[in-house]
Amino acid sequence: MRKLIIAAALASAGFAQSALAQNIAITGAKIYTQTEQGVIENGTLLIRDGNIESIGNDVNVPDGYRKYDASGKVVTPGLVGAMTSLGLVEVESWAGVVDASVGDASVSHSGAAFDVSYAINPDSTVIDVSRIEGVTSAATTISYTDYLFQGQGSVISLGKGAEIIKPRAFTVLDVGGNGAEHSGGSRAALWVTLEKLFDEASGLSEAPGLDTVWEGLNTRADIEALQRILSGDMPLVMEAERKSDILQILAFKKRHPEVNIILMDAAEAWRVADELAEADIPVIMNPEMNLPDSFEAIGASIENAARLAKAGVKVAVGMETHNIRLATQHAGNAVANGLTHEQGIASLTSNPASILGVSDRVGSLAAGKQADVVIWSGDPLEVTEYAEQVFIKGEPIDMDSRQTELRDRYQNFYGQDGKTSQYIQP
Amino acid sequence: MAHTRTCVTAALAFLVPALLSGCQSTQNSGNDSEQAAQKVNIDTNPYPSTYTPIEGQPTVITNVTVIDGVGNKIDNGMVYFADGKIQAVGENIDFPDDARVIDGEGKWVTPGIIDNHSHLGVYPSPAIGSLSDGNEMTKPVTPGVWAEHSVWPQDAGFARALAGGVTTLQILPGSANLFGGRSVVLKNVPSRTMQDMKFPEAPYGMKMACGENPKRVYGKKGGPMTRMGNVRGYRQAWSDAQDYMRKWEKYEADVDAGKEATPPKRDLDLETMAGVLNGDILVHMHCYRADEMVTMMDMMKEFDYQISSFHHAVEAYKIADKLEQNNVCASMWADWWGFKMEAYDGIRENIPMVEKAGACAIVHSDSDIGIQRLNQEAAKAWSDGKRAGIDISMADAWVWLTANPAKSLGIFDKTGSLEAGKNADLVLWTGNPFSTYTKAEKVYIDGGQVFDLNDPRMQPQSDFEVGQAAQGENQ
Repeated sequence: MRKLIIAAALASAGFAQSALAQNIAITGAKIYTQTEQGVIENGTLLIRDGNIESIGNDVNVPDGYRKYDASGKVVTPGLVGAMTSLGLVEVESWAGVVDASVGDASVSHSGAAFDVSYAINPDSTVIDVSRIEGVTSAATTISYTDYLFQGQGSVISLGKGAEIIKPRAFTVLDVGGNGAEHSGGSRAALWVTLEKLFDEASGLSEAPGLDTVWEGLNTRADIEALQRILSGDMPLVMEAERKSDILQILAFKKRHPEVNIILMDAAEAWRVADELAEADIPVIMNPEMNLPDSFEAIGASIENAARLAKAGVKVAVGMETHNIRLATQHAGNAVANGLTHEQGIASLTSNPASILGVSDRVGSLAAGKQADVVIWSGDPLEVTEYAEQVFIKGEPIDMDSRQTELRDRYQNFYGQDGKTSQYIQP
Repeated sequence: MAHTRTCVTAALAFLVPALLSGCQSTQNSGNDSEQAAQKVNIDTNPYPSTYTPIEGQPTVITNVTVIDGVGNKIDNGMVYFADGKIQAVGENIDFPDDARVIDGEGKWVTPGIIDNHSHLGVYPSPAIGSLSDGNEMTKPVTPGVWAEHSVWPQDAGFARALAGGVTTLQILPGSANLFGGRSVVLKNVPSRTMQDMKFPEAPYGMKMACGENPKRVYGKKGGPMTRMGNVRGYRQAWSDAQDYMRKWEKYEADVDAGKEATPPKRDLDLETMAGVLNGDILVHMHCYRADEMVTMMDMMKEFDYQISSFHHAVEAYKIADKLEQNNVCASMWADWWGFKMEAYDGIRENIPMVEKAGACAIVHSDSDIGIQRLNQEAAKAWSDGKRAGIDISMADAWVWLTANPAKSLGIFDKTGSLEAGKNADLVLWTGNPFSTYTKAEKVYIDGGQVFDLNDPRMQPQSDFEVGQAAQGENQ
């Protein structure tokens, strides 16, 4: 119902977002800026025209600003989902087309060409469920293809309309056992395939024109994507768990220094933490993965994130779709196991933003940045604390989702006296 | 041992009580009438527990925040345990001079966590085909398989769960089948064999599954391929079990009457189901959707058995009143949802809404990662309830982790709370276990210490991890 009212209000305003844009002041908060300003106690943050206007201890609130008293509360940048399939999947299993999964598609030989920016559904309920818990933007990717690469992912905003912040922002490639399965079942084939695909793409100044007969390893569509990887324009997210696979990634980086590599999953990354730091390769991970759940992850450790960060590796936490909202818990458990609290907050905000190449807009709180802001009831890494109000591009969002509406429907159904009626009434 | 075993043997799960005396007389004299001697008895406990408690010492934890698992919290309390049992809990209790004293200042003590939904050992780490022994996906009705025959004690997940304060766990078969097989309740002690972990005298459970999984697995393999096909499958099997029981009853009656009688052919599937109908085996049913759970409760009345708990139950909040009326627990996650259609209506307030309705709420894991921090799972549900205006104390929320799962497993007379006489299964936490940053510091099972956060010698390691180049958690 509340949604309808807001929709009506929007309608009367002719859907002119700017007409609704408010100037906002958040006061009294402990603010994690994720900039050189560090953590500001009892700080004030001003939002104007969708962007952050100013932030600090000595900021005066001008007249006409809508005030949010956040005394005793915590303010952070909106969380950046480090790797999700948001907007590409409503229900994963057996419920119609899932755009996060690509089977046979003749346009590509390697999967590099696929592009999720065409596939995002802003009406997905998963987006509402995630944003009311503080996730305001996210990397979204294909999670499965029949090919080597998982196509080109995007970074999206979780505001209404799920605007694409950065299309073709990265490509995911598994170089561990899963990747080997798509290359004849062996890494011995996988790496040769990979090198030959890149060799071919780098040997061409551009994709072959339509007037030429082309029978290469890559399709025309793939070549463009691989060239963007080779030039460093589009980061290559390489998934691997095993130490030896990560060493191969480091060797690949030496052969292709221009390629912008991100390591993902990374169970045994702590074993080569110094080398990763030296090669400036950041890591996207779920720090709770501490089981030897395959022969690739024998060295899995709950201290993985802490050891990596200590060595100077930039760590981003948050690999989920329906429950990307639990990234705070994952980071909290990393902090419980040696990551500093400051690094824990960074792993959810500034680190993924910079790794994904969108830190000019999101992931930190500084004048001129997009005002994606969360007021938390307390420490965001505590499982008992929560997002009280989320702002995306300066707008306080409606803190409802399909889940909260189902909750309210059934709480009303049971009624004050605990008795139920036979029928569900809206 | 032999005596106990034979006696249990004779008390065949589905035989009428009158036959118990037959058993006992056979046992007592060993020289009974020929008729009784001829009677075929079925050993109902052929893989008996060989569990022996780790030796402990009389111990008292002082100055500690106590949550007793049945709804009480003592802010500056004491817990004294000895001889494997909780001896006393209170603000000020007597304990002998020679007891070991642990200063619990700033710390909390709770009953050991009981996870009634785990696949450790049957879907172990590493998760590879050779060790994947949790689902007998060959036909939809396989109640005759026993999870204990798949449990691999060298699953590294047991020790990780122990570090999270889990002292007791039910290992269930998977949910591919309408009837998935028997579960086993284990104590989380590092052991060579399943039998060494087996919780003495815990009843067996039987796994059943609603909804999508059976129809997805069997839809193109002879069925069921619909939910109505699922229900036909359950009902036919229950009816067959009733028929099977009647055959055995007739056989027993004939033997007792001195008639010539041939024992019915044993059917291991129907034998387990007969155990349920007789009340000896507890039903644990994977079921997500509210409407399906209600149908299952009708079926339970049709065939006169009791469902101990629905598992996953993401829509339990929609029918919490009916769960309460039917005395069926719901074992739930705090916030998992959306990975399949029947999980689409999951909400964060599911657990507190079930609690509010007066039904039996349980926090479960179904995950080798989630089992490591079930305290956080309860903490989330507690907080979610509070935000939605359902004010539950932390002490009451802890009931979801210990007393209620113990009840669902039929072992609440032995464990699940810090009350005098109960098994000394307890966890000393570094602080408030509703915090992300808190860890289990010391874990005791039957009064013996099994885990210590600060002593690597008290952190079990599985055989699988020994001698590997990479030592993740054990270095």
